Amino acid sequence: MPAETIVEARGVGKSYDGAVEALKDVNLMLPHGRLSTLLGPSGCGKTTLLKIIAGLIPPSSGEVWVKGKKVEGPGPERAFVFQDFALLPWANVLRNVAFGLELRGIPKEQRSEIARRQIAEAGLSDFESSYPHQLSGGMKQRVGLARALAVDADIILMDEPFSSVDEQTRRKFQEELLDLLRHKQKTVIFVTHSIEEAAYLSDQIVLLSPRPGTVSKIIQPNIERAGRNPDEIRRDKNYLDVVEEIWQILKHYVV
Amino acid sequence: MLFGKKIPIFFSLVIWFIVWELIGQAGLSTIIPPFSRVVAAGITIVPTEKFSAAASISLRSFAIGMALSLAIGIPFGVLMARVESLGRILGMWVNIFVSAPISALVPILMAVVGIGETTVVVTVFLFAVFVIILDTRVGVKQADRSLVEMARSFGARRDQLYTKVLILSALPEILAGLRLGAIRGVKGVVIGQLLVAIIGVGELFELYSQYFLMEEFWALVIIVFMFALAVSEAIAFLEKRVEYYASAR
Repeated sequence: MPAETIVEARGVGKSYDGAVEALKDVNLMLPHGRLSTLLGPSGCGKTTLLKIIAGLIPPSSGEVWVKGKKVEGPGPERAFVFQDFALLPWANVLRNVAFGLELRGIPKEQRSEIARRQIAEAGLSDFESSYPHQLSGGMKQRVGLARALAVDADIILMDEPFSSVDEQTRRKFQEELLDLLRHKQKTVIFVTHSIEEAAYLSDQIVLLSPRPGTVSKIIQPNIERAGRNPDEIRRDKNYLDVVEEIWQILKHYVV
Repeated sequence: MLFGKKIPIFFSLVIWFIVWELIGQAGLSTIIPPFSRVVAAGITIVPTEKFSAAASISLRSFAIGMALSLAIGIPFGVLMARVESLGRILGMWVNIFVSAPISALVPILMAVVGIGETTVVVTVFLFAVFVIILDTRVGVKQADRSLVEMARSFGARRDQLYTKVLILSALPEILAGLRLGAIRGVKGVVIGQLLVAIIGVGELFELYSQYFLMEEFWALVIIVFMFALAVSEAIAFLEKRVEYYASAR
């Protein structure tokens, strides 16, 4: 069943100083309630595209539509998870998680309550009053994710969120993310350069070609995940085929 | 470290005071009285009305001058960091003034704003403000770009971006600027008052040197030194606390 489109890119292009062309004529439809991955080699503009969808960078040409509205800047229906966590070093975990709510002017008591709930779900209740530099990379990204969830946005934009954590933590995060999607109606747009990560997580993979970045292929993995453990999924024929298919395309971009 | 034992830092001061005392006792120069008599003179002048009047007027000039340089220096530094063209145009001037001999301008100031407290306040301001501008600018410029992006992605308004991210992010640099500014500010008070010569600590310095009261003169020098050191240490203490919070940067 085709889900309805929640994010749409129409002819999006981006060039810097009129010279360097990062993105060119990107057309995309991202389904509601699904996890879509933007995958490509470094320099293909996948992060740029994500930031354009977030409204952090204006496109040079074309437009992005989110929930039937043209994107003119950041909006409350979108929340961003950063590769480098982007936590306020002078604020403790509680305040960091509540920061999005604080910016919206939600009273302190109320936002602390919401933040505490998210912190508990992230398994960080004992660290509410810790500061970012006291946390491990994995814990920092949990805080980053909790902050995005606290504002209750429909769309979560994740920019290589697991690339700065170790492999074990990374796999655990992937499980948790899939778990989260099963229970909440969130749309996730996920940027990664890992083929395995994309194949493992995604309902839809958008393959981007480098310089200038443009959509080279869209793949729907169609991997049966319900009731199966991660190792079973990683041995699934569909999963392996998708990994192979992506590799066959991507390897042409590797110089 | 000496013979495996840690020596407290004030020990070097103690040695200097002993050397001073010996030179003073030897009577080599009338300019250098023994340290013990300088301390005694200090103890006698501090409770006098003349001293407290001089101290309070000096402190007031210092406080007003510093407050002004903070109130003007920080916004300027922030603006210069955020508005590229402004930073380029004003940056050169700030760099010139931060290293310029401001003392040379004090006589001109006297001609413009008169001989009095205002001149001293303006002198303190000119001594302190440029280094505060410079450091604030550096701090805001170095502010983590991804923190700014993060705040924007969560819908921060322009004013929130400044108050909740940029200023706090630049706080270590701003405090470093404030510390350097305060040290220069103390110089500003003394130099301003010396040149104006009729108010505050400067008047006392003038008085003591005219009547050759070297014991009182040195006592006053030590008091001013101690004040400068105390201010700088107090700000350094604040800095350390902020560094602690910002250590993840």
